[in-house]
Amino acid sequence: MTAVIDKPAGTPRRWAAPPRPTWEEEPSRAGLAAKGIALSFACLAILFPLWIVVVTSLSSRRTINEAGGLVLVPKDVTFIAYQELLSGGQVTRAALVSIFVTLFGTLFSMTVSVLCAYGLSRSGTLGHRWILMTLLATMFFSAGLIPTYLLVQSLGLTDSYLALILPSAISVFNILVLRGFFMGISQELIDSARIDGAGDIRILLRIVMPLSRAVLAVITLFYAVGYWSAWFNASLYLNQQDMMPLQNVMIQLVQRQEAPVGLGQAIKTGQLSGLAVQMAVMVMALLPVAVLSPFVQRHFKKGMLTGAVKG
Amino acid sequence: MSHSTVPRSSAEASTPVKTAAASGDAAGPREKRVTGRLSLRQRFRRDRVLILMTLPAILLLLVFNYLPILGNIVAFQDYDPYISDNGIVSILHSPFVGLENFQRMFEDSAFWNAVENTLVLFFVQLLLFFPIPVLLALLINSVVRPRVRAVAQAVLYLPHFFSWVLVIAVFQQMFGGAGMLSQLLRQNGHDGLNIMTNPDTFPFLLTAQSVWKDAGWGIIVFLAALASVSPDLYEAAAMDGAGRWRRMWHITLPALRPVIALLLVLRVGDALTVGFEQILLQRDGVGPGAGEVLDTFVWWNGVRNQDFGYAAAAGLVKGVVSIGLVLAANKVAHLMGEQGVYQK
Repeated sequence: MTAVIDKPAGTPRRWAAPPRPTWEEEPSRAGLAAKGIALSFACLAILFPLWIVVVTSLSSRRTINEAGGLVLVPKDVTFIAYQELLSGGQVTRAALVSIFVTLFGTLFSMTVSVLCAYGLSRSGTLGHRWILMTLLATMFFSAGLIPTYLLVQSLGLTDSYLALILPSAISVFNILVLRGFFMGISQELIDSARIDGAGDIRILLRIVMPLSRAVLAVITLFYAVGYWSAWFNASLYLNQQDMMPLQNVMIQLVQRQEAPVGLGQAIKTGQLSGLAVQMAVMVMALLPVAVLSPFVQRHFKKGMLTGAVKG
Repeated sequence: MSHSTVPRSSAEASTPVKTAAASGDAAGPREKRVTGRLSLRQRFRRDRVLILMTLPAILLLLVFNYLPILGNIVAFQDYDPYISDNGIVSILHSPFVGLENFQRMFEDSAFWNAVENTLVLFFVQLLLFFPIPVLLALLINSVVRPRVRAVAQAVLYLPHFFSWVLVIAVFQQMFGGAGMLSQLLRQNGHDGLNIMTNPDTFPFLLTAQSVWKDAGWGIIVFLAALASVSPDLYEAAAMDGAGRWRRMWHITLPALRPVIALLLVLRVGDALTVGFEQILLQRDGVGPGAGEVLDTFVWWNGVRNQDFGYAAAAGLVKGVVSIGLVLAANKVAHLMGEQGVYQK
């Protein structure tokens, strides 16, 4: 990043600094360098470990043995760890479970949240304050782990994927963010649609949602990341090993250093490095998030702040 | 909460009277002054679709947030999970024991150990985590090139979206017994080092993980506060001869002050909740002596040891104290003239 900041003239325009106001002092070279170093350090602290994880997952057993563990510089790149993990078996199944739960969970959460947010966004509605209070109150208390656990069991959700979706399906914060955004849409627009004969559902689908793409993208990402990252509910409510999502399998492989079912033999006989397998699972867990979040990133601020909680 | 404080748009605020909608029923413009004229039945007819829309969310909250509150009754019971497969049936048939669970808890040194760990962690995090997003935001805000800013922000936001499992796995690969650091030390003839299982430094390890994961994300709110500062203030200060640092001291930092104060207050209100998932995942590694906080105490006694009544009692005490703290924190936020979690 330092190099970018100090690049000489002639760099592409989009990297160039906007014109400086006349009253502002020229930055000193030392100041620029210090800033560049601090920023580079912050970014490297995040990217360096990820780099090592990715490179090691792509390394052959020989490379890993030569490096004495984690690999810094890629050498004869191989996808063998991924091939093994994705050729059926425990990790493949876990990845599919995670994808399935994330897709359905996000769809469900978004539907419920958008409906609720729109229902609450037109103020003056009958019961609007009561419903809002019902939502807000849950931000202050939680019933506690044990009663919730007993309830989910009593509902017969144990060993069902519904236990991974329903208890944490909606976030009141997300609903309030959506609602804040919907409230910002001009009432004239909605009134004119109503005059043209549109009902609430049609207004939501045809006018409000298309105008709220930014915040919808942000909230969808929030929900999707929530489902993708969740492991605790699975550890509480699922007893069957082959139902476990990816995060729980990652706990077994990386934290407890257990070999994945079906691959133990391959690792013992030396075709495959256990370390590369661990790293490959980590890459599988981080990849979707790392690929998606930068696209939504430019909306974060807008989405988060227009939605700042307003009663 | 009152309608007048939050105009949906500036246009609406200035022209409150709208043409009535022609959707057949009594739907008038949804303005407070007009709704006063409609009867309850008319209002329900008008708003039924909107009310219906909120129903799925309300149902979910009622079942999974409100209903379990009743389940806290097991805190006053000698709950026996083997009476029935169904937890609710078991609750109905378990004997009441009054405050026995609470009494046992207050005499349990493990409970007080968890309280102590919770508070230590809270203070370490407050001291070492809290200032970092502010500093990062100032740094990012001083970068003027849009592309550099965008790239840096994308990188800094990224770990926020990783699961705790992944964050801890990454830390283990860096600082664990077989991690990068140990590997380097061994290659240079030293002993390996396992920071991940050292109880003495555990609060600092947890804080480092939180910083890595969430410090970047925390800058968003500060950046927004900085973006709303009028450039005129800077110009005027510069005209008056204020240098770079004076402008930072007298304009930038005061702009951040309300946000910092509000976040601090809210954080204090949340003091008893310190990274449940993060700690639970590492509890076995460092042992309960250093790794037990109130939330993991409840988990251990309830889910693991099946001592539901005891665990629920601990959870209830934590929950009640937490509500008190949150409400107090919100009160303070209001007194400071801020919005808090909710608005009055």
